Amino acid sequence: MPLKLLVVDDSNVIRNKISRTIHVANVEVVGTAKNGREAVSMFAKFRPDLVTMDITMPEMDGIQCIREVLKLRNDSLVLVISALADKATAIEALKQGAHGFLCKPFSDRELNDSMKELIRGAQEMGLHHG
Amino acid sequence: MDETKLKVFIDGAIKYFVQTTRLNADIGTPYLSETNETLHYDMTGIIGISGGRKGVVYFTAPTNMLRSVLINMGERDVTHDMRLDLVGEIANTIAGNARAEFGSEFMISVPVVIAGALETVRLPKDLRAFVIPITWHSQRAAVIIAIE
Repeated sequence: MPLKLLVVDDSNVIRNKISRTIHVANVEVVGTAKNGREAVSMFAKFRPDLVTMDITMPEMDGIQCIREVLKLRNDSLVLVISALADKATAIEALKQGAHGFLCKPFSDRELNDSMKELIRGAQEMGLHHG
Repeated sequence: MDETKLKVFIDGAIKYFVQTTRLNADIGTPYLSETNETLHYDMTGIIGISGGRKGVVYFTAPTNMLRSVLINMGERDVTHDMRLDLVGEIANTIAGNARAEFGSEFMISVPVVIAGALETVRLPKDLRAFVIPITWHSQRAAVIIAIE
């Protein structure tokens, strides 16, 4: 079974870029969401193994969204992808349960490397992903 | 804000274009807008700044440049809506990256995107507005910074 990935970002350009350029073995994009509220709904529907999560979004921001989706499935892996380049934001995201942080702008290679690292890290910790 | 703080926005703009398109952008000499009139091209993404500093950061570009960036990214949808989305995302990225310099008290809004004239946007009269000219792929754009 491929790992299911949900892509969350308020920018259609970024949602398309991530969906188009993610080329990690055994990972399949199952849905995209344009804000935190939509992401929670999509997460409940697909129960994805992996999530890429923006922070600055309308209606519900990424930090609150991480809390909400991990209530639904606490072993999902969350990679935050945000333009907010300060350490405090990254630390806060990790405190809320995110597993990785990739700063925008990012190259295709950085995206794929970050996703591979996320999955490898989970496997080494004995989680079931992959 | 004094001009020594401009570097983080210049670095953000340079990084955006090279990371996203693999083509360098040339940054012109930043200058202080004398009139505080809102310089703009066809489309503009505006980020409101609040928290420790107040003001506005915006990125403005011609529609053909935005189309070229999308194509360069591998995006097939280069419609009006996607170009507007992109101009907002570029503004968001440059403003968000500035938190590396200003810290998490530098609060940024979600982007407001506008096609055409910026009639509804007025730069605060008590703030100096810096213009950072950008040339990418022989097309001109600009980042405008007007923050405390």
